[in-house]
Amino acid sequence: MINVQNINKTFRVTKRQSGILRAVKSLFSREHEIVHALTDVSFTINDGEMVGYIGPNGAGKSTTIKIMCGILTPDSGTCDIDGRVPWKERVNHVREIGVVFGQRSQLWWDVPVIDSFELIRDMYKVDDALYRRNLDELTELLDLSELVKTPARSLSLGQRMRCEIAASLLHSPKTLFLDEPTIGLDAVSKIAVRQFIKKLNAERGTTVILTTHDMQDIEALTERILLIGKGRILLDDSLDELKKRSSERKTLVVEYAGLEPMICEGMTVIETKDGRMVIALEPSVLSVSDAIAYFAPRTELIDISVSGISAEALVAALYKEYHI
Amino acid sequence: MGLYFKFFAMHLKSQMQYKVSFFMTMLGQFLTSFLGLIGIYFMFSLFNEVAGFTFAQVLLCFAIVLIAFTLAEMFGRGFDLFPRMLGNGEFDRALVRPRNVIFQVLASKMEFARIGRLVQSVVVLIYALSTSGIVWTWDNVLTLVLMIVCGSLVFFGLFVIYAAVSFFTVEGLEFMNILTDGGREFGRYPFVIYGEGVLRFLTYVIPLALFQYWPLLYLLGMEESMFYMFTPLLSLLFLLPCYVLFRVGLRRYKSTGS
Repeated sequence: MINVQNINKTFRVTKRQSGILRAVKSLFSREHEIVHALTDVSFTINDGEMVGYIGPNGAGKSTTIKIMCGILTPDSGTCDIDGRVPWKERVNHVREIGVVFGQRSQLWWDVPVIDSFELIRDMYKVDDALYRRNLDELTELLDLSELVKTPARSLSLGQRMRCEIAASLLHSPKTLFLDEPTIGLDAVSKIAVRQFIKKLNAERGTTVILTTHDMQDIEALTERILLIGKGRILLDDSLDELKKRSSERKTLVVEYAGLEPMICEGMTVIETKDGRMVIALEPSVLSVSDAIAYFAPRTELIDISVSGISAEALVAALYKEYHI
Repeated sequence: MGLYFKFFAMHLKSQMQYKVSFFMTMLGQFLTSFLGLIGIYFMFSLFNEVAGFTFAQVLLCFAIVLIAFTLAEMFGRGFDLFPRMLGNGEFDRALVRPRNVIFQVLASKMEFARIGRLVQSVVVLIYALSTSGIVWTWDNVLTLVLMIVCGSLVFFGLFVIYAAVSFFTVEGLEFMNILTDGGREFGRYPFVIYGEGVLRFLTYVIPLALFQYWPLLYLLGMEESMFYMFTPLLSLLFLLPCYVLFRVGLRRYKSTGS
């Protein structure tokens, strides 16, 4: 169980000055800027939950993850993970967590992956029987039997990511932090990684905290979304609930030849370009069929399509709603 | 300790992936350190002695300092390259492993190609020992070992300081090279030749002279007191502030993340 309460974190950033004179001046006196990376962040995550932690770049996702991993100490607030404070009991804490940084490798570049695995086993003091069992299971689920004999440098990004994930799970962590695990992967690898994470969560009951910019990851994996923007938690809700709330809203794409038609009540124009109009429809005011009927006499319609809201559009709408 | 040897084996295996590069670097290391030797040779073609030390005696000094430095560099390279580890996020990875952080930095890099320089300096040491007329008593053997071991630990301490400073700033790190590379370059000659002030600084502040000049006097029979034999041990006190500084830097890192 993860319990984060009122975490605050500020960074002092040195202002970089341009120009020679200012550069010389900055040698003697520096101007600092206080950046509030996290403001009053609180949430609880139960054992076995899968949570998508989303927000635009620089919102504070990594800072939160680093605090939960024991890498950073917050200015104030409490964080309790299975009864431990990460930054106070770093060694005992990290034994129970697995961390995958999508953009950085933990595998040794020039030696076969299996050697890296064995070194990790020794670092975590995983006993042989458990290591064997985990390795066999991970090898089967992630299809690693050929990959582990290869040096990491010869693996494709997708292959390497599968090995990275396996490397983070050799010590059977209770909680897995995934920082952009599907970044740069091709469609097939993405699906393989997602399926595996899902299975891991279902079978081992591992708590998964996932940061990503890929909304398909969120759609495929998480039941719950934590939205952070400008260092504050803006939203903490289940994905289904969010979708339900916005499912009434429809997106209408109208393609027309000729004049741009006027809109009426219940419609909001999202985009107009080259005879194509994207409109958000409020069905409680104007039904879909009424909307189509409205357009028919006013312009020459080429095509018209109606869709529900996707996770992608949902998040874009959320970002817009919260001005982040 | 067992884990350290596992890291050792991994580094060896990694570096053996590029055998040609490895042996060329080793050869390069072997050859470049001859330059320093040639410098000393020319110096002595002009003067018979420098501050009362003969050619063979200076060579002895040269070899001891170079061996100590090279050992420190081979095994303490992780601290020497620490700014890079901070920059690429490798250090964050170390923080999520259930092991001592200093151990992990230590084990993160090992430079075996430095053996080239090590071999060269050992050859010089053997030559210097055989021509400087040192009598092989147990005392002298012990002194020599203490000079080398404590010397490499002091250089190692300097690397740790270098790493600790990089927690605070990435600018001006070159300054630290005065102490590390500078210590190696200037350490070719007994520190006394640079004057009283420098010698005092290198005795009481950065204790390079404690494993070089002072025990050298004992080794060469210029001082009788056993105290000089054990001055290298005193230099180990230097490791304490190095360690403290690194811990302070680490604490800062954990609160700033940069």
